[in-house]
Amino acid sequence: MVKKKKSFRWKNALPVYALMLPGILYFLINNYLPMFGMIIAFKKLNFRDGILKSPWCGLDNFKFLFSQGNTALIMTRNTILYNIVFIILGIIIPITVAILLNEVQQKIASRIYQTLILLPFLMSWVVVSYLAYAFLSGETGFINATILPFFGINQSISFYQQQKYWPFILVFTNQWKSLGFGTVIYLASVIGISPEFYEAAQIDGASKWKQITNITLPCLKPTIITLTILNIGRIFYSDFGLFYQVPKNSGMLYNVTQTIDTYVYNALMNQNNISMSAAACVFQSIVGAALVVISNQIIRKLSKENALF
Amino acid sequence: MGIHTKSNKIMQIIAHTVLFIVSALAVIPFWLLIASSLSDAFDVTKSGYQFIPKNISFEAYQYIFQEWTQIGRAYGVTVLVSVLGTVLSVIMVSMLAYGLIQKDIKGVNAVFIFVLITMLFNGGVVPTYLVYNNLLKVKNTIWGLILPNLLMSGFTVILVKNYFQQSIPEELIEAAKIDGCGHFRIYFKMILPLSKPILATVGLLSAVSYWNDWTNGLYYVTDEKLYSIQLLLNKMNENILFMANNSQNMMGVDMSNMPSATIRMAIAVVAILPIIIAYPFFHKYFAKGLTMGAVKG
Repeated sequence: MVKKKKSFRWKNALPVYALMLPGILYFLINNYLPMFGMIIAFKKLNFRDGILKSPWCGLDNFKFLFSQGNTALIMTRNTILYNIVFIILGIIIPITVAILLNEVQQKIASRIYQTLILLPFLMSWVVVSYLAYAFLSGETGFINATILPFFGINQSISFYQQQKYWPFILVFTNQWKSLGFGTVIYLASVIGISPEFYEAAQIDGASKWKQITNITLPCLKPTIITLTILNIGRIFYSDFGLFYQVPKNSGMLYNVTQTIDTYVYNALMNQNNISMSAAACVFQSIVGAALVVISNQIIRKLSKENALF
Repeated sequence: MGIHTKSNKIMQIIAHTVLFIVSALAVIPFWLLIASSLSDAFDVTKSGYQFIPKNISFEAYQYIFQEWTQIGRAYGVTVLVSVLGTVLSVIMVSMLAYGLIQKDIKGVNAVFIFVLITMLFNGGVVPTYLVYNNLLKVKNTIWGLILPNLLMSGFTVILVKNYFQQSIPEELIEAAKIDGCGHFRIYFKMILPLSKPILATVGLLSAVSYWNDWTNGLYYVTDEKLYSIQLLLNKMNENILFMANNSQNMMGVDMSNMPSATIRMAIAVVAILPIIIAYPFFHKYFAKGLTMGAVKG
């Protein structure tokens, strides 16, 4: 009897395991093997011995990474500073746009605005770099060929060689591409606010502005907090496409465009320096994971249902 | 009430003005891209990219048509990768998500935690590269464009699992089990048809990310035969940059092989065309998918 029951259970469970197997295998290969692969950052890699048999070298790779002039400092600084600016603007601009979209009375107009604003989000960074190039190119770019002459300036600006313009260009491009996404998220929250609040406020004679500051913004607070903390958890990661494609990986601009992700790519693929690259990568993963856990603990404290785990 | 209608009117004016400007900013670069692709190549070298071409010319598109063996091939690779990747992704994600709702089966909870961990920790670019390049040897195969990172993520699995739990009544599954249906049958005959909306949304997001992907190609493809359209655009970019940096000592190099500025813009237009055409129809689902995905990560 017992035996029969057990075999019955297996008959029930096996198909479920079979259905889950491909997904589990994929995560093992794509996510878990690389986690164990992080040990290469602590090894003095040589390809004769292979990855597993190469000798350990403790923290030497990290020491070397951080003693290489100020490369590590610059890429960490850039990654964090750009992220801070992106997070702040990524709250202010999408919320403004979402509130305005919600105010528009003509539904068709609102739909058209929404569709157009989300369009850049669907473009790859390669295409974005083409769009940027059409404006910024030294000889044929719209700014150099049309705007500057229009204002009587005949000296063209070599954007791809001069650092000072890039903090602005990168921030603008980032906002241009991600605005639609942020707007969609915040608009969903704005639409979710109960209309009764607004009706009550109107009876009390509150102006539109008062309604926004006293009802809309406070209702958005949980979304803002959750998204911000999630973004802080990712402050050590940068959008590789933005920093690699838009400045066209131009070495002259590294001071203001190099982030941890572009460094890892260049060290791995262009300089074949796996140890340095792995050290930077593991540095990013470990600090990044710590930040995710910390920020999640903070969300748990503030609002438990928004916590990730 | 007078004050309210007035304040409302001012709000309408502000909203329309700001949103018009923001929408225009979103679209203007595309206009410049399309106008440039329709410009005469000589005009562009003389007076730069213009919003209104002086002389409309289809030269760039004729070039694409002539060189269709290369560009069409890249297009074919993109279509193949997008279709194959999306189908595999939807199947694998939904199968795993179906398993995760079987709470009474041993080990399912462990698998759930196993999936959650992938959302929190990440080995990073270098170990991932070594796994795919040295261990699985995907370099210069179609799998190099499909497998790394894009196939499935913990987020989508959880998203689909939550949908199964919230939208498919448990009694329905129980009833099917009592009727003697096995898990495979329930999955294929009940779960898949009942969860079309979420699978369409997940598939749409996946298809866009495959269509737009160039990073996998950057790491795993050097063979021109496997270039996707995005990779082709990226390679042209790199070549132009190389020429610009080495222009002094490249006097003898044949420049005629370089696609001109208008042609490059035209290829970019061809690359984004399917998305631009299909997008207005999908906008609603797309926006919905993004909102769902963002609620938890």
